[in-house]
Amino acid sequence: MASWGEASESRLIGKRITRLSGKDKVTGKAKYTFDINRPGMLYGRILRSDVAHATVMGIDMSEAEALPGVKAVIPLIEIGNKLRYQGQEIAAVAAETDDIAKDAIRLIHVDLEELPHVVTEADAMADGAPQIRDDWASNQSEPNIREDGNLEAGFAEAAVEVEATYHTAVQTHVCLETHGHVAEWEDEQNLTVWASTQGVFGVRNDFAQHFELPANQVRVITEHMGGGFGSKFSPGVEGHAAAELSRISGKAVKLMLTRKAEHLVAGNRPSMTQHVRAGATRDGRLIAYDMKGHGTGGISSGAGFQAPYVYHVPNLRTEKVNVATNAGNQRAMRAPGHPQASFAMDSLMDELAEKLGMNPLEFRRINDANEVRQAQYTLGAQEIGWHRRNSVAGSGTGVKKRGMGLGSGLWGGGGGRGTEARVTINSDGTVEAVTGTQDIGTGVRTVIAIIVAEELGLAPTDIMVTVGDSQPGLPSGGSGGSQTTPSVAPVIKTAAAAAKQKLFERIAPLLDAPVGDLRVGTGTIYVVSDRTKTITWQQAAGQLGMESISEGGQWDEELRQNGAAGTQFAEVEVDTETGALKVIKIVAVQDCGLAINRLTTESQINGGVIMGLGQAILEERFMDPYTGRMLNANLEDYKVPGTFEIPEIKSIVFDTHRKVTGVGEPPCIPTPGAIANAVYNAIGVRIRELPITSDKILTALVEKKA
Amino acid sequence: MEKFSYINATSLEQVTSLLSESAWGEVMLIAGGTDLLAELKEYIETPKTLVNLKTLPGMDSITADASGLKIGALATVADIARHSTIQHHYTVLAQAAASVATPQIRNVGTIGGNLCQRPRCWYYRDETINCLKKGGDTCYAVDGLSKYHAILGGDPVYIVHPSDLAPALIALGASVKIVGPEGEKTMSLEEFFTLPATNPFRENVLEPNEIVVEVTVPAAKANTKSFYLKAREKGAPDFALSSVAGVFEMDGQTCKTASIVLGGVAPAPWRSKEAEAALTGKMIDESVSTQAGADAVKDAQPLNDNAYKVTLTQNLISRAAMMAAS
Repeated sequence: MASWGEASESRLIGKRITRLSGKDKVTGKAKYTFDINRPGMLYGRILRSDVAHATVMGIDMSEAEALPGVKAVIPLIEIGNKLRYQGQEIAAVAAETDDIAKDAIRLIHVDLEELPHVVTEADAMADGAPQIRDDWASNQSEPNIREDGNLEAGFAEAAVEVEATYHTAVQTHVCLETHGHVAEWEDEQNLTVWASTQGVFGVRNDFAQHFELPANQVRVITEHMGGGFGSKFSPGVEGHAAAELSRISGKAVKLMLTRKAEHLVAGNRPSMTQHVRAGATRDGRLIAYDMKGHGTGGISSGAGFQAPYVYHVPNLRTEKVNVATNAGNQRAMRAPGHPQASFAMDSLMDELAEKLGMNPLEFRRINDANEVRQAQYTLGAQEIGWHRRNSVAGSGTGVKKRGMGLGSGLWGGGGGRGTEARVTINSDGTVEAVTGTQDIGTGVRTVIAIIVAEELGLAPTDIMVTVGDSQPGLPSGGSGGSQTTPSVAPVIKTAAAAAKQKLFERIAPLLDAPVGDLRVGTGTIYVVSDRTKTITWQQAAGQLGMESISEGGQWDEELRQNGAAGTQFAEVEVDTETGALKVIKIVAVQDCGLAINRLTTESQINGGVIMGLGQAILEERFMDPYTGRMLNANLEDYKVPGTFEIPEIKSIVFDTHRKVTGVGEPPCIPTPGAIANAVYNAIGVRIRELPITSDKILTALVEKKA
Repeated sequence: MEKFSYINATSLEQVTSLLSESAWGEVMLIAGGTDLLAELKEYIETPKTLVNLKTLPGMDSITADASGLKIGALATVADIARHSTIQHHYTVLAQAAASVATPQIRNVGTIGGNLCQRPRCWYYRDETINCLKKGGDTCYAVDGLSKYHAILGGDPVYIVHPSDLAPALIALGASVKIVGPEGEKTMSLEEFFTLPATNPFRENVLEPNEIVVEVTVPAAKANTKSFYLKAREKGAPDFALSSVAGVFEMDGQTCKTASIVLGGVAPAPWRSKEAEAALTGKMIDESVSTQAGADAVKDAQPLNDNAYKVTLTQNLISRAAMMAAS
């Protein structure tokens, strides 16, 4: 049975290793899609709808076409069709410079018949609201209802009850590198696309289908990628437009989204509203849970969340609907549905615990069946100093009050089949590892190098890793669901092991030893039964002559594991005169199985916590009900955490087993709930809406006083 | 942005004559450009000509002597923030300057531009929304989303003035020197700013052919304490939700005179005569400082989403007063 071996045997795996692309990134040498420039390349721009709802009556592109420097203009919507959200694509141009392209889209004249819009959930759910989806009976989807146990009997058994409404705002992904592509046709049958994507092969197949080409005649390249968080799996309208403009003009076309478009059309995390009534028994068991909830994913559905979350309730009824609004489609965003669910559930848990007069940590211990998290509670509580917590919320003295809270999460991250990889040993001693995955910033390039180097007794920097290119024809899945490392690692390991075996077979006669007695040292190969027999890696590889060794790998179920529990503790400080919230410290205890690179695993936890922090304290999409516009489609009023907001983060890699589990997503889940509970513990007033901004805190404090 | 021609200024006469020859907005002045560039890129302004003021000699100096401060309009926000005399004797101004935006913006943004910057209102900054300030007939903040809008002096345009330097300078009694085709004039900075009831389209009294060239601040009095308290949602960069510039002439715990000017809550820097009256001649304690805060906001008229600013402003004023007494 394959295994990653014991920690004591590992030279590299599980250690803290600097990412291989780090230097290129900080010196600007790393080329992102934005940095790609091709000979004679044109610049693409898209004309987008200013209004949230309208029928297109006509598009006049003649003035744009006549502008000197414009090489192609294409419509992106048919006359008579409806525009259903601000930012929806109308037409695209390609021009010799970006400035000309910008001018050109303003010369396209669009005749619109405006329709009534609804951009907020309240407006969409109001009586007499204009219906904005033809395929639904109203602006609400059919309810998704789940029932378990006997709700009435559950409430009868409850000693305490809480009834509350929890809400989270729509968040956008804010990829630092906006969505976009550089498309170039070699000839009518061969297309190359540099794409800012999380899925090189998915994008390749999409382009091939869209342009009716054989898949192997489309090459997609993503050498470095500036953030996707779930929003970058397909070319989108902008990708198809870039390739079409390139096809028509016969030139390469670069088309990257503006920051405004990125907010409007490139995905978002849906909102969540939960009206919950829940009960617990005197001895602290969750016993009844009745929830009616909704969320909006814009014009699409997909506003899902789990309720209840993580903790088990035997008697329940839940009813969820999607609410359609005239706003851009939701897309998967880092642990879709989970942070919303965790915030509502962990807030509810604290409210119930308080009614029971129970320490919220104890209350969770009673209701949490997950053994990993049980152990994490102990560790996290020690690390944050849970004993320092206010036993009575808001009981601290002074203007600035501190408090502590916790939240929990669960994720899969077990990976799956579908990756092909090749490890090649050349006679000069060089080693190549190739697979069609992509490094979206998580460090999988380095992970691959570590695995191969461990197997072959080399250093990670000795391994030449190629990812983010479909041309070698070694597919891998998209980087979503925290699946990349658990999907890729087993295949890379088996490929490296197979290559090593081949090399052993070639040099066993030279060392006059059976193949089974050969081992790798550090840059050497030796005979385990007679240590005097040893040769350097270079000498061994030199035996290969003109024939390189090149071996594929296989998926191995035993090398990975699904399931990543996590818990986080937050300490906050609230200025009760200004409402200013400062997060002092987050302790993130994250179940992650075998951390192949401990350094980048910690980085992922840090990044997840910061993203969760943004959702908790700052981020919110503001839709204006009257004009139908998003009012903060920028980075001035759509506020993401900066250095002043980021607290001390204690990332604890909770590695309880030696199988690989992905943790790209789960560290952002428990953060908002932990912070919300800490705010309550600090000031004795509960904020049930994310983000927890100073206006909400101050308003709640005033209401409490009154 | 639209195409424009770019002229390097050689003299103030040339600048005012260029301005005089054109209609409002056709010729615009650029120094640091940190505000104007965004307005051009968003098509909020579409001038035909930009006049670069940075080529004017000697307009970026800061001099401090017994008569007070003279700050050229081209002095950068960073220069003001790090000026040691300003830090020690005009603390409120150094603190306000240090709170502006980011180091990059402070390094190029000028005091002249900071005082003349346009509103950050999200309706105003959206090219496709023709709001009252841009000549339309509606201030959308009245019925729309108004979290960052005015609670004082709004009618009929509920923008807030974004400058951090202005409240500090007004609290210090600053004047502004303006040059036009007829020559130069000096006015108090407080009178420089106007409310929308007077002119909904502009935030100050500058005529189309006038330019701010210098800001002067009278010498700091002895026993003066001053503070700039700025509440914001994000450490940086962020504009004020509410800010208080307080200059207090103290005799022990007793306040001889107080200047209290608010930012982020009104379409112009807002001098709170009520707060000043509540503090002047008083021994400052918690009840006096609380009263000063309450008096300052007693006429506040919040919109749908900004009632929190009333409490916030009240508390910031009380805090500043208590700091003066401590």
